[in-house]
Amino acid sequence: MEGTLANLALGFSVALSPWTLFLAVVGCFLGTVIGALPGLGPSNGVALLIPVTFTLGLDATAALVLMTSVYYGAMYGGRISSILLNIPGDEPALMTTLDGYPMAQQGRAGDALVISGVASFVGALLATVGLMLLAPLLANVAYLFGPAEYFALYLLAFCTLAGMKSSNQAKAALASCIGLGIAMIGLDNSTGMPRYTGGELHLMDGVDFLVAIVGLFAVSEIFVFIETHGKDSSIGVKLGKVVVPWRELGRSFWTMIRASVVGFVCGVLPGAGASLGSFMAYMSEKSIAGAKGGFGTGAPRGVAAPEAGNNAAAGGALVPMLTLGVPGSGTTAVLLALLMTLNITPGPTLFADRPEVVWGLIASLLIANFVLLAMNVPMVKVFVKVLAVPPMVLLPGVAMVSFVGIYSLTGSYFDLLLMVAFGVAGWAFRKIGVPTVPIILGILLGNQMEDALRRAMILSDGDWVYLFSSPIAIGLWAAAVLGFVAPIFLRGVLRTPEGPEDLGAAR
Amino acid sequence: MAATDRVFGAVVMAGAAAYVAGAFAIRESFLQDPVGPRTFPILIGAVAFLCGAVMALRPDPEPGWPGPAILARLAVAAAISVAFAYALKPLGFILPGAVAAGALAYMITPRPGAAALTGAALALGLYALFRYGLGLSLPGLPAGLG
Repeated sequence: MEGTLANLALGFSVALSPWTLFLAVVGCFLGTVIGALPGLGPSNGVALLIPVTFTLGLDATAALVLMTSVYYGAMYGGRISSILLNIPGDEPALMTTLDGYPMAQQGRAGDALVISGVASFVGALLATVGLMLLAPLLANVAYLFGPAEYFALYLLAFCTLAGMKSSNQAKAALASCIGLGIAMIGLDNSTGMPRYTGGELHLMDGVDFLVAIVGLFAVSEIFVFIETHGKDSSIGVKLGKVVVPWRELGRSFWTMIRASVVGFVCGVLPGAGASLGSFMAYMSEKSIAGAKGGFGTGAPRGVAAPEAGNNAAAGGALVPMLTLGVPGSGTTAVLLALLMTLNITPGPTLFADRPEVVWGLIASLLIANFVLLAMNVPMVKVFVKVLAVPPMVLLPGVAMVSFVGIYSLTGSYFDLLLMVAFGVAGWAFRKIGVPTVPIILGILLGNQMEDALRRAMILSDGDWVYLFSSPIAIGLWAAAVLGFVAPIFLRGVLRTPEGPEDLGAAR
Repeated sequence: MAATDRVFGAVVMAGAAAYVAGAFAIRESFLQDPVGPRTFPILIGAVAFLCGAVMALRPDPEPGWPGPAILARLAVAAAISVAFAYALKPLGFILPGAVAAGALAYMITPRPGAAALTGAALALGLYALFRYGLGLSLPGLPAGLG
């Protein structure tokens, strides 16, 4: 415990510099805007901003502070369009529409925004505390992992992500294979032999994951929008005077606490992520409240629960990403890409070798939360204005930022073409029902997964049984199989809610 | 019925087979480890082949493809993006940016005047933001002019 406090003090000494604070505020603002815009979720938003951030030449801590503030901000912002337009700003905010929009229709949009803002704060704050306590413990466990365990762990990440997120295991598994297959392109790490380059010099270094991420997430969004013909977003309900509904905040206090715990646990599980967090939080609160709770008809607690849940899950998802290097969701996969771009390898050694990065990050998350609370409750009207931006300005803008970001990062037209190709492929994959997040995960983790396998085989001199030789490895394999197979049987019972058609982003 | 998944599954199977075949073309190195550079790609290809087969045999319901008009629109949008990728280096950001952004805006909401304005405003505004706000080295005008 004392260690934690000392570490936290170190973190605050890093995070409390005026420059970092400034970045946190900028990140929170951008994040909330991105979250509020329908169709631009946290994954797309963070993906869009990474190349730009990187070319600015920020150091590791500063870049991390900026991007995680955007991440948290987007989780806050998602609720705004859920409540006012009945269109979730991002996928996890879907559950918030169920009670948020009815509240807005009853003329209580202000109340709904304040309650959900406070719930977001409670969820994110508790999750950050949970991250602080749990991450070092998990980092210690991670020291026991050898290459065989890491191979099983990567497999687990793919299996659960595929199992949880898709309605078709074959398509999800295929997505992982596509990603892994793309990761193989370029020079082989251990022997230096070119693979799948077709003699093309541009491919010798492999496919830059940022190109793939921006293409699959941001550029494909443009095509989806053109197809759906950009249903013009216009503010459906009027937002009157915003006052703080203290009584209802008090009444939903325990809902927020419970929902945060549920959300955090869902977030820590690999592959589950924020959508499951808000879903589980909403469903559990609904059953606690019973029929009298009026869930679905504009109950304040029905707004508080999913928002606390999804923000807590966003914090929880950082635990496996930082300690094991295995992201649990689309957005944390994008954040992992950021870390890798900055030459930071997440994992247990990160906690030992670069404590200033980890704890600076945690401290800035705490700060970001208070900034976000201030932005999202008293200043919420500013962000409501954002909803009036028509898609015909927004989407071309997204396209331009994508191009400029990738161009200033790599300076090559070849990468721009590759990005467009990923954009078109991303659109087609979303049509066919092949999820895009496992593709990204495959590209990110492919080489490490292969390295783990090859190092394991060197240790065992080619004996494949070695992969199942430790209790941890066996446990991970079992969990992987279970995570992949179980959802087939549970599908009828536990369904991830379907998003509206135009919101297929990054699930 | 459900033709998409059958066709896509077949394409995946063919692609996976080609991928595995490609793996055998990877030259082995004198630096040898028990696994080598071929095994992992072959594993991936094999799993992908299985997935393709499952998709072809047990297809999902048809996804509802857009009509020819929308498909044409999408093709134009993709073509604009490709052209923009080629034009960015020699012609700078502002001119191709205005054209591409304007065209994309027109694809989303077909109002020519508003789209042209959006394109010009986005190109100039974003250029100012990137160049002077963020300090990125982005060429603004055609090479030789700026």
